[in-house]
This record gives sequence, structure tokens and C-alpha cells, in this order.
Amino acid sequence: MKVSNEPLWWAFFGAGGALSALCVPALLFLVALAMPLGWIETPSYEAARALVHHPLARLFLFALISLSLLHWGHRFRYTLYDGLQLKHLESLIVLFCYGGAILGSVFTAFVLWQL
Amino acid sequence: MTQETIALEVFRYRPEQEREPTFQTYEVPLRKDWVVLDALNYIKDEIDGTLTFRWSCRMGVCGSCGMMINGTPVLTCAAFLETYRPGPVRIEPLANFPVVRDLVILMSDFMEKLGRVKPWIITDKEKPVAEGEYLQTPTQLADFKQYSMCINCLLCYSACPVSGLEPDFIGPAAIALAQRYNLDSRDEGSAQRMEVLSQDDGIWQCTLVGECSAVCPKAVDPAGAIQRYKVASTNDWWRSKLMPWGK
Repeated sequence: MKVSNEPLWWAFFGAGGALSALCVPALLFLVALAMPLGWIETPSYEAARALVHHPLARLFLFALISLSLLHWGHRFRYTLYDGLQLKHLESLIVLFCYGGAILGSVFTAFVLWQL
Repeated sequence: MTQETIALEVFRYRPEQEREPTFQTYEVPLRKDWVVLDALNYIKDEIDGTLTFRWSCRMGVCGSCGMMINGTPVLTCAAFLETYRPGPVRIEPLANFPVVRDLVILMSDFMEKLGRVKPWIITDKEKPVAEGEYLQTPTQLADFKQYSMCINCLLCYSACPVSGLEPDFIGPAAIALAQRYNLDSRDEGSAQRMEVLSQDDGIWQCTLVGECSAVCPKAVDPAGAIQRYKVASTNDWWRSKLMPWGK
């Protein structure tokens, strides 16, 4: 009997879902509402850059972005399988969804590294 | 005063006389105290004795009268006719199952899947009778009681879109019943069940649509059982990969 390898992807899916559900609304509120509407003071470019430059902030951003991408990959894979009933294209879909999420994560790591 | 009636459009399939199923409309009295099952029995007794359907207890315990009413899987003994006024009411056999005849579905696939998860108490070594009974506290009972309420009515399989798309999926009720024994303090069979359920056609085909729990007439929450299983199976998987010496 073959144990499924689904737990690998499901763990990333679960972690990404939980982390983005917790953090993205707060980040959106701060960056997309509170700052532009002047409810809180917008930090200067230098201050924001210094904040993002901190290793912990970079680690957080990497985890948030890469896990959210992996969450998307898993969800979208099943949307294509069941919603659009494209399971016959399984290998292509897996490559596109997880491959895309991994590429996005590598790109995120690169950008954060360059900061 | 004349008795108000309601039309029932009933799915008919008589394999010896027709290749494709048809619908037959019956006018039945719309009585306040009637459930859909009463109306079907009225048809059987008074209008058309050839109509075939399963039923037994009439009180939501036996789980045999599940059918699709207007596209939703329900126990017909728990669905008041008046809810569907003014009608017509469309009655079909449970979706996602082969139809034997009229409203009767073939359950053998489910029975085979149910057996696979070993829904009974497994112990490594049985305690001799002389040592007394297996004691259980109310808290230990509460851990699994909800899952033990399943009456195998199969509404969850009909409601589950994944069951419809993936016939190999072991399905909500079988997984909930596996969980019922896993969570029982007297049971030692969770590893055996995990072997079955951690495969691709086990828990992993579930995409948490949640319809199984929405239609369950006994509030078993199979979707919750499956999610708990996914967490347990994921822990197992990572442990076996990161600490292969641990097994």
C-alpha cells in the first residue's frame, strides 16, 4: 500500500492559509487603508526600508509570501481538477501550480536577499 | 372541503422494461402531518404498487430512506411534505450511486469501503474476562460519541462532489467511523486504519467542501473528522521523513 505524498503539500497549504489569514488583513489595513487615509503616520522611505532590512522582517516576508503562494498552488490545483474537471492534465497542472509557487518563492528570496 | 394535493415527480427505473430512467408524476394529499416517506407509502398502497423504495423505522434511526428531494439528499422520514408546497416535489435516488430500481441504490461499494477502515474495536491483546470490563470515563466517551451517531444513511456520499468525481474516494461516513474507533480509549487500531486512510484514495481526495457535514441528519460532522485525520496523517508523514529511525 502506498502512502500518499499529499501531506507535504497539504502542510504548506495549511501553513500558508493560516499565516495569510492572520497577517494579510492586518498588513492590508495598515498599508492600503490606514496609511493612505492618514489614520496613522506613514513611515519615511528610509524608515520603511530599514524595517524591511531587518533579518527577522525579511524572514517573515519570505514565509508569508512563499507559503501564501504554496497555499494558492494547492488550492488552484484542486480547483482545476474538480472545478474545471481537468484531472487528465494532472502532471501539467502539478507542474504549473507547485512549480509556479516554487518559482515565485525563489524570486521572493532573491528580491529579499538583494534588499 | 376538498383535500389539497401536491404533485410528486418520482424517478422511475425498471431495468427489465426500460433502458433509461423516466419520471412519473403522482398527485398525493398534502397532509400537514405527512413526511415525504408517508406520501411515497401512500403511492405504493393506493396508486401504484410497483414503486420501489427502501424504508424501515420512520424516525431517523435506520438510515434507509435517504433520497434526493429537489436535488438535496435528505431522509424522507424527516422531510415534511408541507415544506415543499406548492410543489411539484422531485424525488430521485441518492446521487453518486448506481440505481438498482426506482429509488433503490446499490450500497455494495460503500459496504466494501466501510470494511476497509476496520470499524470495530481493535486491541493488541484481549483482556481476560476475569479482569473485568474496559472502563471509560464520560470525557473519554465524549471524545468519540459524536462520530458513533452515524446511521450509514449515505446522504454524505450523495452530497460530496468529490465522491461523485472520484469513485475510489473512501468517503465521509467511512472516515468518520474510522475516527469513531480511533478516538475510543479502548481501541488500539489507529495505526492499521491510518495505513488505509493515508493513501491517495483515503482522506487525501477530500477538498473540504463540507457538504457532508451540512446534510448529515445526525450532526456527525464527517468533514471535521477528515480534517483531524489530515493533521494526524501529516504529522505521521513528516515524522517518517524527518526521523525515519523513529518508526
